[in-house]
Amino acid sequence: MINWTLVREMLPVFWDGLQMTLILLIASAITGLLLAVPLAVARAARSRWLSWPAFGYTYVIRGTPLLVQLFIIYYGLPQFGLIRNSALWPLLRDPWFCAWLAFTLNTTAYTAEIFAGAIRTTPPGEIEAARAMGLTRAQVFRDVFWPGAWRRALPQYGNEIVQLMHATALASTVTIVEILRVGRDVYTNYLVIPESFGLAALFYLGLTVLLTTMFRLLERHFLRHLDPRASATPAQAEPRKAPLHA
Amino acid sequence: MTALLEASGIRKKFGTREVLRGLGLTAGRGDVISMIGASGSGKSTFLRCLNFLEHPTEGQIAFAGAALTCRRDRLGDLVVADEAQLRAFRARVTMVFQQFNLWSHMTARENVMLGPIRVHGLSKAEAAERADHYLARVGVAHRAAAYPGFLSGGEQQRVAIARALAMEPELMLFDEPTSALDPELVGEVLRVMRSLAEEGRTMIVVTHEMNFAREVSNRVIFLDQGVIAEEGDPREVLRRPSTERLQGFLAAQAA
Repeated sequence: MINWTLVREMLPVFWDGLQMTLILLIASAITGLLLAVPLAVARAARSRWLSWPAFGYTYVIRGTPLLVQLFIIYYGLPQFGLIRNSALWPLLRDPWFCAWLAFTLNTTAYTAEIFAGAIRTTPPGEIEAARAMGLTRAQVFRDVFWPGAWRRALPQYGNEIVQLMHATALASTVTIVEILRVGRDVYTNYLVIPESFGLAALFYLGLTVLLTTMFRLLERHFLRHLDPRASATPAQAEPRKAPLHA
Repeated sequence: MTALLEASGIRKKFGTREVLRGLGLTAGRGDVISMIGASGSGKSTFLRCLNFLEHPTEGQIAFAGAALTCRRDRLGDLVVADEAQLRAFRARVTMVFQQFNLWSHMTARENVMLGPIRVHGLSKAEAAERADHYLARVGVAHRAAAYPGFLSGGEQQRVAIARALAMEPELMLFDEPTSALDPELVGEVLRVMRSLAEEGRTMIVVTHEMNFAREVSNRVIFLDQGVIAEEGDPREVLRRPSTERLQGFLAAQAA
């Protein structure tokens, strides 16, 4: 049976963990997006001097487990005296900073690939039509290129954010008290599963529902152009034709 | 009277292959010029060179008496040296494409509004009014709020024509505007183009529609292997082609 008293007692602690998870998620998602956009442009660029380094970066990051990346940053970097003596040391000593850095570097790589794909599938005719009308390069980017690429990337980007949210559970391995770590502590103290990991899972599930709903709303707004209802003309609704020879 | 658009000595090489081998064209105000020719004859490339969507390897283009100053790009082709001059030129010479090239994330009305807002500095309200005017002009006012993905090919092309018209251009270029359309949708687009010609608009049209060339244009240009093989009054040229190539081409079209 579920010990509801324990659940009630632990809920505030889980609430704190939830806040930590959300802060990690939001911070890494924002920096990841900011870094991913220029990286995606480089990745999709025609010049090899731009596209190859970008590809190298995303290949290495996507080719190694996030947990390994986190451990290298958290345990590995302090091995070097150079880093311990550098100005960055106060930051790199902080597990929160290390987790944020690892998640940012990781989501940047995946997000850059998503956006690079969206950039590559830009219909050349749409760009040409804008240029042929006398729009400046900046206007073409802002009005045609970017809105199109962003819309094509949106569904996949939503998945990436949900995965990033799940990945924040790894932060528990470097002493950060987020949802999973709270669950683990409850388990260690009381040796019960539903009230510890079960509750943690429920929190993650709730966050997933929240994020997917948010992205569904974003898609409903930004992908109107793919929705037949948005383009239907009520005044000219298809008249229901009665069969001539019923 | 000075010519509106004057192109001379246009050559275009793709690598070692020369697809345009010294072409010239003069369009006066009110001219409707049809460019015909087999696929691969260079007619679309020539049209696209006229507004520098394709960079000619050699040649000169002047608009309303002013030559466009060019420099060479990395490939050795000509590009307009002054980006602002190119944009001002393109705003007065708009193009309608074979594949419509509407911006898929914008409604029909937004497609027509963007150019006037960005290039002419119209307010949103003014641009919307102008867009509705031109959408009505081409007969798709009732589809103004629809997105291109849900318009028929004929509707999309008419929106694209409205988009070009809303720039209130002095010259309109049409690059095979009906070639991507189902046969039963060709007529609605040609009717719009015919009415534009009757308004006295200056148009250069790459087309396979011989009836349009014969009945609507006042000059026809027949391109063959990168040169102008024949040109003149369409009623003359199409009825009594003087070259074998054009005779063969017309026979193939009629078949």
